[in-house]
Amino acid sequence: MSGGTFVGMPAFPKAAQEALGNAQLRHNLAHATGTIRAKRLRLIDEVNANSDWEALRLAGAGVKESALVDLATHLERLEETLTANGATVHWARDAAEANAIVASIAKGHGVDEVVKVKSMVTQEIGLNEALEAEGIAAWETDLAELIVQLGHDLPSHILVPAIHRNRSEIREIFLREMAAVGRPAPDDLTDEPAVLAAAARAHLREKFLRAKVGVSGANFAVAETGTLVVVESEGNGRMCLTLPEVLVSVVGIEKVVPTWEGLDPLLRLLPRSSTGERMNPYTSTWSGISPGDGPQEVHVVLLDNGRTNALADEVGRQALRCIRCSACLNVCPVYERTGGHAYGSVYPGPIGAILNPLLKGPGHDEQVDSLPYASSLCGACFEACPVRIDIPSVLVDLRAQVVDAHRGGVPKVEAVAFKGAAVALSDSRKLGLGERFTRVGLRVARRVGASKWTSARDLPPAPRESFRQWWKRTDGGRP
Amino acid sequence: MSARDDVLGRVRRALEGVEPGYAVPPSPRISPPADVVGLFVERVEDYRATVVRCTPADLTARVAEALPAGARAVVPDGLGVTVPGAVADTGLTAAELDAIDAVVTEARVGIAETGTIVLDHGPGQGRRAISLVPDLHVCIVRVDQVVPDVPDALPLLDPARPHTWISGPSATSDIELSRVEGVHGPRTLHVIVVD
Ligand code: SF4
Repeated sequence: MSGGTFVGMPAFPKAAQEALGNAQLRHNLAHATGTIRAKRLRLIDEVNANSDWEALRLAGAGVKESALVDLATHLERLEETLTANGATVHWARDAAEANAIVASIAKGHGVDEVVKVKSMVTQEIGLNEALEAEGIAAWETDLAELIVQLGHDLPSHILVPAIHRNRSEIREIFLREMAAVGRPAPDDLTDEPAVLAAAARAHLREKFLRAKVGVSGANFAVAETGTLVVVESEGNGRMCLTLPEVLVSVVGIEKVVPTWEGLDPLLRLLPRSSTGERMNPYTSTWSGISPGDGPQEVHVVLLDNGRTNALADEVGRQALRCIRCSACLNVCPVYERTGGHAYGSVYPGPIGAILNPLLKGPGHDEQVDSLPYASSLCGACFEACPVRIDIPSVLVDLRAQVVDAHRGGVPKVEAVAFKGAAVALSDSRKLGLGERFTRVGLRVARRVGASKWTSARDLPPAPRESFRQWWKRTDGGRP
Repeated sequence: MSARDDVLGRVRRALEGVEPGYAVPPSPRISPPADVVGLFVERVEDYRATVVRCTPADLTARVAEALPAGARAVVPDGLGVTVPGAVADTGLTAAELDAIDAVVTEARVGIAETGTIVLDHGPGQGRRAISLVPDLHVCIVRVDQVVPDVPDALPLLDPARPHTWISGPSATSDIELSRVEGVHGPRTLHVIVVD
């Protein structure tokens, strides 16, 4: 999965159908997304009682946008400040380069293992597999990632990657797998979550205490101050960032935040949008090396791996604002019913449906090309997104690109329809845009004479009640 | 061409014709809470941390009460309170810290709205490892350190220093979304708010 999509995964429709048959997965996902949705909404009401959530979203989107539109300047500044703080900055064009850099640092210290804190980007580049090929074990230390890793499994949700596993399965995985890679699970292990968490604590603690090299990602990288920020819950992040002698952080170039104060809206938006908490238990910031405190050798790998493709896409560029909160997953009717595995990528859900094709470009891979269709365009994702990424518009634009790519660059009538709809959508830029799409999109499609296409694709007449209205009214069709 | 120049070159090409200046809308503030310290206490308790308030004269007694009898507690340089069973941090290894029951530190800032304590690991707080490895963290926050919200805290912090923002004890909801306090960080957070 070195490109970020799982090799060998069937394209979305087939994978989704398989997932739909898995009752356990559907039940767990519905419970998880429903719970997080409710917590998030309560907190937004709380913010609106003494402040303004929408203004906070605008500020958060603005901070990220201001970084992206002048990204080269901010990246050069980041390199300068990190270096002044004693960190070594590396650049990687793609996954292979980034993996090689991390592997060579680990080898340079003669280690055969590293401890890792959950990071989307290291999953995207397939770092664990690359290190394994070099004889270096990469221990995932986030509880869910540990469950996924020990279960030889794939993560199914950005935030709760093991949500497809229930407690008795987790108990079995721990009993079966822990002994082979370190401290075994106790014989009297029960399936109580607290007992399972305690087993993970004991299993991982010996790894933390002896680890020489830690590997992380970063949620934010502050250009002005040379500071990296990691947001987490369990404390495994703090362990990985603090105890090893050497720390390597792989950071996508879109993680840049221009100033220290720019962290403000983002640190308020992220935990509320992701876990539905006012603040996550732990946030760590570090600016290179602190004498006498933490790793005394600090590396930062700045990674492109397709991000500049996304940056060059006028409509799609905004996807790089994403702070990986997973709010869009939790409100997505398609995601709730199919689960993360159906997307065949480390980035599932609505954001995955746009980010994967943007990173890789259309027309290369059937799985990636099918992703922009993994949506009902209901607009709930845009409404939930703390940095106001207009996912429906990007999806529509990408569909046009996919169609173009398969026509060898000759626009087809449906491509024109999608383009038109994308423009109309981008212009509307406001809430309630889901409703507008169905009618606008179909109107555009008809205007350009897509009658054949619409009948072939079985497009219904623009409904009186939009999908999103229906979704709201029925709470996603729940009985 | 180096990877650096290549990536920066691609970034520049991707942004050709894009206006670099972008006016960021100001981040909204909360309306000031009537009782900032009261809100802080309530919000920290919400995370299932223990919070007690006391006068400076009572601090030593409150710290002693927070520690189990016979517990050994690592203390940083510059801590302004006497701790029973204190073990000075003389550069203890992670394994040595793992054998110690507790840690007592001060803090840099408290954030009321989010119930967050920020350590900047200066005097009285110590290096990051000591407030991480022991299972009980007793943290002393002065009322004059408590600010309303995140935007009030950031300007008080020196980005050159490492920071740990703590909002309750470590927690996970990874198993069927059921919340478990305490995975790798201190499983118990005991906050003493001093007038
Ligand atoms: S696209 Fe928006 S809602 Fe989805 S994960 Fe990214 S920031 Fe969160």
